[in-house]
Amino acid sequence: MTIRMRRWVMGTGAIGLAALFVAAFMRLPRFGGDRHPYGDRATDAALTRHTANVVSSINFDLRAFDTLGEESILFAAVLGTVVLLRQTREEDRVPPRSAAVDPWVRRYALAALPVALVVGLYVVAHGQLSPGGGFQGGVIVATAVHLLYIGVDYRALERIRPVALYEVGDAVGEAAYLLVGAAALIGGSAFLANTLLPYGTFNTLTSGGVVPLLNLAVGIEVACAVVVLVSRFLDQAVEITDAASDAEGAGTR
Amino acid sequence: MTHLFPYLIAGWIFLVGCYGLATSRHLVHAVGCLAVCQSATYVLLLAVGYREGGTAPVHSDLAPHSRPLVDPVVQALTLTDVVVGATVTALLLALVIQVAKRHGTVDPDELSELRG
Repeated sequence: MTIRMRRWVMGTGAIGLAALFVAAFMRLPRFGGDRHPYGDRATDAALTRHTANVVSSINFDLRAFDTLGEESILFAAVLGTVVLLRQTREEDRVPPRSAAVDPWVRRYALAALPVALVVGLYVVAHGQLSPGGGFQGGVIVATAVHLLYIGVDYRALERIRPVALYEVGDAVGEAAYLLVGAAALIGGSAFLANTLLPYGTFNTLTSGGVVPLLNLAVGIEVACAVVVLVSRFLDQAVEITDAASDAEGAGTR
Repeated sequence: MTHLFPYLIAGWIFLVGCYGLATSRHLVHAVGCLAVCQSATYVLLLAVGYREGGTAPVHSDLAPHSRPLVDPVVQALTLTDVVVGATVTALLLALVIQVAKRHGTVDPDELSELRG
């Protein structure tokens, strides 16, 4: 198919889709309308279970089983990336070289690192109270670790980042979520039902029953998963080289 | 018309992403376009959940039932959406790296032949 032809097909499809969109949007509830039956019920459920952040209550209580699926997708995607980006037989691994970093970049990165780390842990820990939670906080924690790569170099990052440990952490986070869910079964309730712990005092760290526990499990999993994920991509960029191009380089040297 | 506007924006973002996918000459660019397509769903979900005068559905500094809240269900769905989008992007980028290694190109038009 020529590019011209492709654009025509694309254009026709896009116009048709746009027409369908408009037809569908006309029948959607009015934007900003007052009728949100599910939202109202979810808010009431969150308040009866003493969870201040309604979104967290939905993710880790009302829809906890869906979040298990979501977490498992992340787990499987990390596994897939690790398999796809492994070192193949034709590839060599070279030790990373130390790099020169602009002193201002270094100062900024090293000053931001502890702040980012604490913010990440705060966001995970307060997921049941304020905006944030395990997914968001986990990503912040993982990002904080990688400020070391920006501020110093890859060798410094590797020293504080034993990937095997983070791979274990990834699995532990996933397993902890399942175990908390299964613990509800032992208590005589449904899988992942929020019946295990008392709901606590509203708007305190321990409120919400199992929401903080599930939130923490997700936080551990996401932080470790992102570190493992980024390490695979960085390995490709920094350490793993094509053996053939290496040999060429050796020949010309 | 104004009450349709946010929905139309979502549809527009989706179509722009599709246009980028169809005309892409670089696989990393195509992955980016797919992320644009997906971000249309964030806009649509959040638009569906908006309530006039509503505030964030978080009670850490807000007395319950004191103000109208926007729909928290679609916000939770958007979070799921973001997480799935990030994982899909990561997996696709890993595939792009493999394609670049095996075929020596990342132009989708040059990737026509099958190779074992």
